[in-house]
Amino acid sequence: MSTVSTARGARPAGAGGAAGAETLTPEEVEGQNKARRAKRNTTIGWWVITILVAVWCLFPVASILATSFKTPADLSNGKFLPTTWSGVNYQEIFVGDSQELFLTALWNSIGISLIATAIAVVLATLCAYAIARLDFPGKKIVLTVSLMVSMFPVISLVTPLFNMWRTIGLYDTWPGLIIPYLSLTLPISIWTLAAFFQQIPWELEQAAQVDGATPLQAFRKAIVPLAAPGVFTTAIIAFFIAWNDFVYGISLTSTEAARPVPAALAFFTGASQFESPTGAISAAAIIVTIPVVLLVMLFQKQIVAGLTSGAVKG
Amino acid sequence: MTSVPTNVPAVDPDAAEDPSARRGRRRAPRSERSRAEARLGWWLAGPAFIIMVAVIFYPVLQALWDSLFNYRLTAPDEREFIGLQNYATILADGVFWSALGVTALITVVTVFVELILGFALAMIMHKAIKATRGLVRTVILVPYGIITVVSAFSWYYMFSIDSGFINNWFSWLPGIDAELNWFAQGSTALLVIMFSEIWKTTPFISLLLLAGLAQVPDDLSEAAAVDGANWWQRLWRVILPNMKAAIMVAVLFRALDAFRVFDSVFIMTNGAYGTEVLSLLAYRTSIGRLEIGLGSAVSVVLFLCVGIIALIAVKVFNVDLAGGRGGRK
Repeated sequence: MSTVSTARGARPAGAGGAAGAETLTPEEVEGQNKARRAKRNTTIGWWVITILVAVWCLFPVASILATSFKTPADLSNGKFLPTTWSGVNYQEIFVGDSQELFLTALWNSIGISLIATAIAVVLATLCAYAIARLDFPGKKIVLTVSLMVSMFPVISLVTPLFNMWRTIGLYDTWPGLIIPYLSLTLPISIWTLAAFFQQIPWELEQAAQVDGATPLQAFRKAIVPLAAPGVFTTAIIAFFIAWNDFVYGISLTSTEAARPVPAALAFFTGASQFESPTGAISAAAIIVTIPVVLLVMLFQKQIVAGLTSGAVKG
Repeated sequence: MTSVPTNVPAVDPDAAEDPSARRGRRRAPRSERSRAEARLGWWLAGPAFIIMVAVIFYPVLQALWDSLFNYRLTAPDEREFIGLQNYATILADGVFWSALGVTALITVVTVFVELILGFALAMIMHKAIKATRGLVRTVILVPYGIITVVSAFSWYYMFSIDSGFINNWFSWLPGIDAELNWFAQGSTALLVIMFSEIWKTTPFISLLLLAGLAQVPDDLSEAAAVDGANWWQRLWRVILPNMKAAIMVAVLFRALDAFRVFDSVFIMTNGAYGTEVLSLLAYRTSIGRLEIGLGSAVSVVLFLCVGIIALIAVKVFNVDLAGGRGGRK
């Protein structure tokens, strides 16, 4: 609420200091002030609600962040915050004994998730384009199957895959995780993209051709800019899902060759057998949360649009 | 709402056509052009479709087949066909029924709580003033994006007797003191598991409900207000009935998701003290004890449970899943 200084010599302003209140009756001034107060109260109310929601949503993250800065002796202090802030846990996972375990897992997670996302998005783009634009028998079947796949209990695939992968040598390899990850990323990509592509005014392409563009030009100039945001959003959502996987990660890997971070966290041990791995796990958990938080901060608008228009499984 | 599409077109290829035209086309020989279009359609959609089918259906058939054998990886040569014996073993075992009960309990409680919380969050996102809208959306999306395992560890450390602060903070509550080990008995352990699940997945439900809210025409609610309905009446008589489909879809997806609960139980208790869930039972039988036959049978039973939930939901609520989502019939 800023106080507005009125010009000297002007009529004394009301309590709210209404600017330009030269021809207003006292009642009108009062009414303006009331409206302004009401507006201010709504604003304050919304900020209170927002802060409450933020506390609920961020509290567990803050808690594990605080834990990650505690020294081993400080872990059991029974307090939320560390007594002394220390980077010892981050040293442990980046340059200490857990370095090899953590960094290879991080590399596995990034590589496998990105490849699984890329394959899913490319295939889903073609598929969703066909669903949105072409008339072919079996459209419904494609959508129904992808829905069934997204509802499927992942663990039911683990037993047969575990056995098959061991037989054909895919156990504990990158492809051995990328293939099952497609069962997680493909269905949601198809649904989300199909929903996005339904909203694209495809007539623009013909319009561009009428205006003298070649079919390729028309596609590139008229359609690609409209389709790109949807593809990009879908990629983010698919990446979240691949990044989040735990079941495949612990079932289909046995060494550092392909074990992703979530699975590695479950097998973390402390610097020595007498030390609890709590600090190191917390630090590693914060590191793998950073990309997620960054993506959310940068693209919250697009992610919400993607999830509300085509999301099936989060 | 600026960025959320308020009128999401349902992905329904048949909606745009006149049914009589379709019937006519089936009888008449397809023109060369529509044949070419169908070919192109399958060339584009085929790869994705084939991969999905291969990744899911082949392992499922394999699991069905394996579940009929007495098959241990520790003694692969002794593999023999035993018919439905594995299923009989499972159904006669108390461990299975307890796991089923715990899984059902987690599903029912979390979905119920999340529906209420999620609706509140959806309302907040829907009505938020411009200044706070971006911030609200950002913080709500954080739990959605966080790895479930990280969420589980976070809640575990909060409550843990070694590194937690909850006992310290809430020692004024009856029954909570520094000695309380939340993970040493089923009831309290399940409570923390549910906390973690609810925190992590409420945003997803709230986004589905937000899509439903966006479909309720504002003038309906305004008209009810003009007629003298108070806020509570408008919610129950106008807003909720108009979002029925969105609510059903949200409940169904989240219920199926909750039924697969695995990560947080694995991290917090590993199924000890009566917190075993179905997914964990399947995992430990196959990967832990290398009982491929028995583990496959557990997997098949779990798969059937999920299928039954989906069927009941679709039949009872009459939700046309392939036809429309987020508030459309």
